[in-house]
Amino acid sequence: MTVQTSTHSPATSMDDVATAIARGRGRRHRRRRGVIVVLTTLIVLMFAVSLMVGNTFYPLGDVIGVILGQDVDGATFTVGRLRLPRAVLAVIVGLSFGVAGVTFQTMLRNPLASPDIIGISAGASAAAAFAIIVLGLSGTMVSVFAIVAGLVVTVVIYLLSTSSGSAGTRLILIGIGIAAMLEALTQYVLSRAGQWELQEALRWLTGSLNGSTWNQVLPTLAALIVLGALLLSRSRDLDAMRLGEDTASALGVRVDRTRLIVVIAAVGLIAFATAATGPIAFVAFLAGPIAARIVGPHGSMLIPSALVGALLVLVADFVGQNLVGMRYPVGIVTGVLGAPYLVYLIIRTNRAGGSL
Amino acid sequence: MTASHTLVAEQLTLGYGDRSVIEELDLSVPPGKITTIVGPNACGKSTLLRSMSRLLAPRAGQVVLDGASVHRMPAKQLARTLGLLPQSPIAPEGITVADLVGRGRHPHQGIFTRWTREDDEAVAEALLATDTVALADRAVDELSGGQRQRVWIAMALAQHTDLLLLDEPTTFLDVSHQVEVLDLLTDLNRRRGTTIVMVLHELNLAARYADHLIALSGGRVHSAGDPTSVLTPTMVQSVFGIESQVIVDPTSGKPLMLPIGRHHMRQP
Amino acid sequence: MTHLEDQSAVGVAVVRRPQRVRLLWLIAVVIVLVLLFAASVAIGSRDVTWADIVAGLSGSTDSISEAAVVKRAPRTMLAVLVGAALALSGAVMQGVTRNPLADPGILGVNMGASLAIVIGIAWFGLSSADGYLWVAIIGAGAAAVFVYTVGSLGRGGATPLKLALAGAATSAALASFVTAVYLPRGDISGVVRSWLVGGVGGASWTSIQQMLPFLVVGAAITLLSARGLNSLALGDDLAAGLGERVAVVRASSALGAVLLCGAATAIAGPIAFVGLMIPHACRLLVGVDHRWLLPFSALSGACLVVAADILGRIVARPGEIDVGIITAVVGAPVFIAIVRRQKVRAL
Repeated sequence: MTVQTSTHSPATSMDDVATAIARGRGRRHRRRRGVIVVLTTLIVLMFAVSLMVGNTFYPLGDVIGVILGQDVDGATFTVGRLRLPRAVLAVIVGLSFGVAGVTFQTMLRNPLASPDIIGISAGASAAAAFAIIVLGLSGTMVSVFAIVAGLVVTVVIYLLSTSSGSAGTRLILIGIGIAAMLEALTQYVLSRAGQWELQEALRWLTGSLNGSTWNQVLPTLAALIVLGALLLSRSRDLDAMRLGEDTASALGVRVDRTRLIVVIAAVGLIAFATAATGPIAFVAFLAGPIAARIVGPHGSMLIPSALVGALLVLVADFVGQNLVGMRYPVGIVTGVLGAPYLVYLIIRTNRAGGSL
Repeated sequence: MTASHTLVAEQLTLGYGDRSVIEELDLSVPPGKITTIVGPNACGKSTLLRSMSRLLAPRAGQVVLDGASVHRMPAKQLARTLGLLPQSPIAPEGITVADLVGRGRHPHQGIFTRWTREDDEAVAEALLATDTVALADRAVDELSGGQRQRVWIAMALAQHTDLLLLDEPTTFLDVSHQVEVLDLLTDLNRRRGTTIVMVLHELNLAARYADHLIALSGGRVHSAGDPTSVLTPTMVQSVFGIESQVIVDPTSGKPLMLPIGRHHMRQP
Repeated sequence: MTHLEDQSAVGVAVVRRPQRVRLLWLIAVVIVLVLLFAASVAIGSRDVTWADIVAGLSGSTDSISEAAVVKRAPRTMLAVLVGAALALSGAVMQGVTRNPLADPGILGVNMGASLAIVIGIAWFGLSSADGYLWVAIIGAGAAAVFVYTVGSLGRGGATPLKLALAGAATSAALASFVTAVYLPRGDISGVVRSWLVGGVGGASWTSIQQMLPFLVVGAAITLLSARGLNSLALGDDLAAGLGERVAVVRASSALGAVLLCGAATAIAGPIAFVGLMIPHACRLLVGVDHRWLLPFSALSGACLVVAADILGRIVARPGEIDVGIITAVVGAPVFIAIVRRQKVRAL
């Protein structure tokens, strides 16, 4: 028990404490800002590298030229048509997955309640696979299917898991069950697709950036801007919800409304991104915990997670395309690298006696 | 000193699913005093508190704060006047005391508001009042039960509300921590005039610290008033279903309830 | 009779009644299994008659119908064996971990077997069922140990939630590795992909023969540990207090479970949820005594997989839907129903 031994007059004491608090907060904010700056710089670097390096190497000058719209000999096609949309899509999708993942994890107060584990991504990709392979659709219609499916799965999971409070544990387990079912359905749809559609198949099972076009970039970018802004506007309320719904409500958060807005925005982001590239394994799951480790457990994780997500996708795609013997789609790389981290996270949380 | 507020429940009916837990309850919280609510398990104490802080919408009736229905007030405005400490608050992993107490400023901040000096001072004041300044940089999950509860109270304090509702703030604490927390709440009430309403499990602690004692039974108010007049063997028998003897607690002058089981005898 | 004798008579009657009920259920399940077996052999793109079935099963292949029967028989037999093995394995896993959500699929054991097999095919050129079997069992065992270890770290030991999460995480991890391994191998990826779906389509008497020893040993071990599992259900401390050698029972029944699901997965691919659903349903009918539960689960599991196979052949004529998909689609809602029913604290 602490004993009050202060001999300062109350007024000074409070000023001192207030200043100390402000300083502490300032420190944390600086750290956070620093991390954001570093992450953004890394993303820009990685972006540039992925444009320059590949089967053929293009120097920076050429790359910049293509971006500016000039016609550079030999580079325009490869860089402009192939690598640029691919890299841009990678960033957009990474941002989307990152921010959506951390939103779910924050709202459900559990790092394992990520949309790719509780079946939302699985729903979006099953619907997209179905739309493409069985219904023969393409483009925006596929995105629509994916979004509707994602929302339906979310609603179903939510309805099934809330009966007497404590949605957390049940929700995760129910999500795992639904994910298993949806993955089986996706497998089925894909097995009907024919052997030669392996690329297509992999896109919908693990996520791939192959064949990225500007057609895919535009809708995902639009979704990111609109839904991302919506999420950011709720970031303070979302942060308050980490304290539990009762406490958040007592602090003046409109819990139900916030939850609704946030979920719709997050699912929308996931669905749009999944419709473009398939469910890139583990990005939504990993971005949040990684961001939390480098920024520290303070403040809103939305932007740092988005940036981590973008970086993960860029790096994974680069590795998959250039550093390994054969060309692996990005989803495999994130899966192979992310999976051990997932297991490590569970081990660490369990060992620390934390609640999962 | 804080402003005086009237908090009244009018014909309140509350329930979950198709069960009604509270039926047509009328209740008035005396401003500027400490009110404790007692009753047997599942009599609706927590439900009542949650409804008074708007966590639960009533089936019928309403909760009125200063003449306006609580359920129609904007959430943030209510949060600036009435604070609630729920039963098992959750502290995010790794959060520091200073950060957690800072969350109490949420109702005073909008989407784009920056942190002001006023916010920092509110946090500092709260830390000082709960004697948790030394813990400011420590992680909440490392603290002891009593310390943690003090930190949560500090967060509620930082909210700068005139009314504070607490749902079983002492239930999982050992006796020294229980007294620590209740003494702190008494300080708050005496020094700042904060109206305090708390649900307490322990009848004797409730009677000792209350200015106004309310006994709930079967979804209604059984009796309410001064602890000495409320805590009687008749009330205990009627509400808790056990025989008892009530004497005067020599340390506080308040009533002390002695439960009488099969192996004990009433004393003259 | 005296009061006490009255009571004991009532007590005996009370105990006997469930026994009679259980016996009836057991007989019912056996009958259902036989009927399903016949139905499975009868139904397909060409329907056959009873006479054909009998003739075909006794070896004659004179008519096309009889030949069809002969072709379908191993498939049906495989379905029976796989269903029994998986259900039995699931029931044992639930008993050993005291976890209502245990199932070889959810605990990642199937994926462990799959990964081992895929690695075997891709890197070591395995191609015989024999090779598959050993490798699958090793993979299944390694995954089981890993998941259990990870899930039991920290407070509360291996709670259902932690185990399910550890299993899901490990499954996901292993699934990524599986894809990473077979992807660059254009030669085998098609085969592996269809195997990964999980079905009994590729059955043959030889592969059944090869898996039989594993199944028999696994079944024997698990059935013998039934009493031990009953004690284990009371909690480690209480079980030890009753004289049970907890560690031995755990290890041996886990070994049996791994043999069973490893062998089943080796031949039929990973089939999920059978081990989860069947024991729960059986518990409702015959109670929690493992001496009844285990054999009943095995028989019911066989019924389920055969029925699923029949369904898959009927629904998607002239093609077929593999068993693994059907059990997943049916099993997930059952899984969810089970989760909803559990008290949150129990999870």
